[in-house]
Amino acid sequence: MSGGQVSLDRRPVLRGVDLTIGAGEVVAVLGANGSGKSTLIRALLGLIPLSGGTTLLYGSPPARFRQWWRIGYVPQRLSVGGGVPTTIREVVASGRIARQRRLRLTSAADREATSRALEAVGMADRAGDPVQALSGGQQQRVLIARALAGEPDTFVMDEPTAGVDAQSQQLLADTLTSLVSQGKTVLLVAHELGPLEPLITRAVVLRNGFVCHDGAPPHAVGAHALPGHDHVHPHAADKPLSPLDWRPTP
Amino acid sequence: MIDLLQFEFMQRALIAALLVGLAAPAIGTFIVQRRLALLGDGIGHVALTGVALGFLTGTAPVLTAVVVSVLGAVAIELVRERGRTGGDVALALLFYGGIAGGVLLISLAPGGSNSSLLYYLFGSISSVSVEDVWVIALLAVAVLFVVVFFGRELYVLCQDEEVAKTSGLPVRFLSLLIAVTAALTVVIAMRVVGLLLVSALMVVPVATSQQLTRGFRSTMLLAMVFGMIATVSGLTSSFYVKVPSGAIIVVIALGGFVLALGLGRFVRRSRPQESSP
Repeated sequence: MSGGQVSLDRRPVLRGVDLTIGAGEVVAVLGANGSGKSTLIRALLGLIPLSGGTTLLYGSPPARFRQWWRIGYVPQRLSVGGGVPTTIREVVASGRIARQRRLRLTSAADREATSRALEAVGMADRAGDPVQALSGGQQQRVLIARALAGEPDTFVMDEPTAGVDAQSQQLLADTLTSLVSQGKTVLLVAHELGPLEPLITRAVVLRNGFVCHDGAPPHAVGAHALPGHDHVHPHAADKPLSPLDWRPTP
Repeated sequence: MIDLLQFEFMQRALIAALLVGLAAPAIGTFIVQRRLALLGDGIGHVALTGVALGFLTGTAPVLTAVVVSVLGAVAIELVRERGRTGGDVALALLFYGGIAGGVLLISLAPGGSNSSLLYYLFGSISSVSVEDVWVIALLAVAVLFVVVFFGRELYVLCQDEEVAKTSGLPVRFLSLLIAVTAALTVVIAMRVVGLLLVSALMVVPVATSQQLTRGFRSTMLLAMVFGMIATVSGLTSSFYVKVPSGAIIVVIALGGFVLALGLGRFVRRSRPQESSP
């Protein structure tokens, strides 16, 4: 996945970010609230239009990307919508959607993947319960299970640790450990790393819409004390705008 | 029930009632899940202009209603997609335009008056013609086909639009599909309960069934059962007691909701561990 440049949401949020995630990396996007972490990964996936620059998913722009089954997106929270009840199994099974064809019945492979995903997050015994009855941490586990069920190569997680109890955090760490050992790529946004810290191979710290650190995960302190220098990654595919040249539109 | 079936108009009415009771809650489940419970109302208002247009041009009002309400539904969906703020005002403008346009056009139609609109506003199932039954059956099959064929994708879309996007689903197409299917449902339900109460059949059975169920699929299936019970029992009672069928159908549906509300409380209380974290 090779990623993008500038994103504006009326006001500049990302002022020129170069980021390339290689296969097998475990990357954490860190930064203070409002530094544009979530915006970054949503822009990478094409969920937010870029106002400048480009983003590529496995070499193609999101609008022309066809291999969505390779990506498992875990949103910040489960949206329970208009209140129609839905079971944990239904939500997790819907993670198979990118691998399913219309009018094809749910296959044995679908069912197995769903069960494995439920098993992995420790929710198998509650599969028939409505998701509405779950706590925040449990809902997070359901979301992760949904992504697991799709068996993607790359996981993109938006704040998987936010508002999650210690037990669920540990479970998330264990799940990630096994994903990493399978060679999966993980890109996650986090406010604090907690038990995930030993897994992270690379940290990207955002500050005021710029990448102010890209490299080894900053340990404990220091992340916020880093000088605001721009770290331009050498193998960013193409750079229509250099971060230093960029001027916000008035 | 037997003597009622001797009348041909009642046979036609029953078929229409069954089909509407089946189709409306099916698409309604997705609409409620998407927080668009009032979408049906909006389309209903717009459809009135379509009905009046039919009178004005001398074509079948059902057909013009299909065309206009589909256009209206697409417009509503585009407005919804664009604007995060001001969307509800834009929708309101469309609703008023629909009603005003309908009343205006019907007054221009030869021999047309507001009373010809009343059949469509409040429904008159006993006046359903053979052609009407065919149109209703065709549209109901189309609605059910959409639900079966695209159900899995619509479920993901209604759950979380961004997840639908990152799963590679054609989000805009599916959104328009829901809107258009809702428009077709409005038109078939218009003869049974009337445009002003159309939305009730899409929303109330779903609201009833979600008091009792735990899953999405079971909610939808139960809502379809409730929908059919409401339309058929409403129609039957309107045959014996002289009351308008649309109103009694909706009142029965609402009565079912109140019952389910109480029953649901009871059911949930007997499942103590469910709400534990």
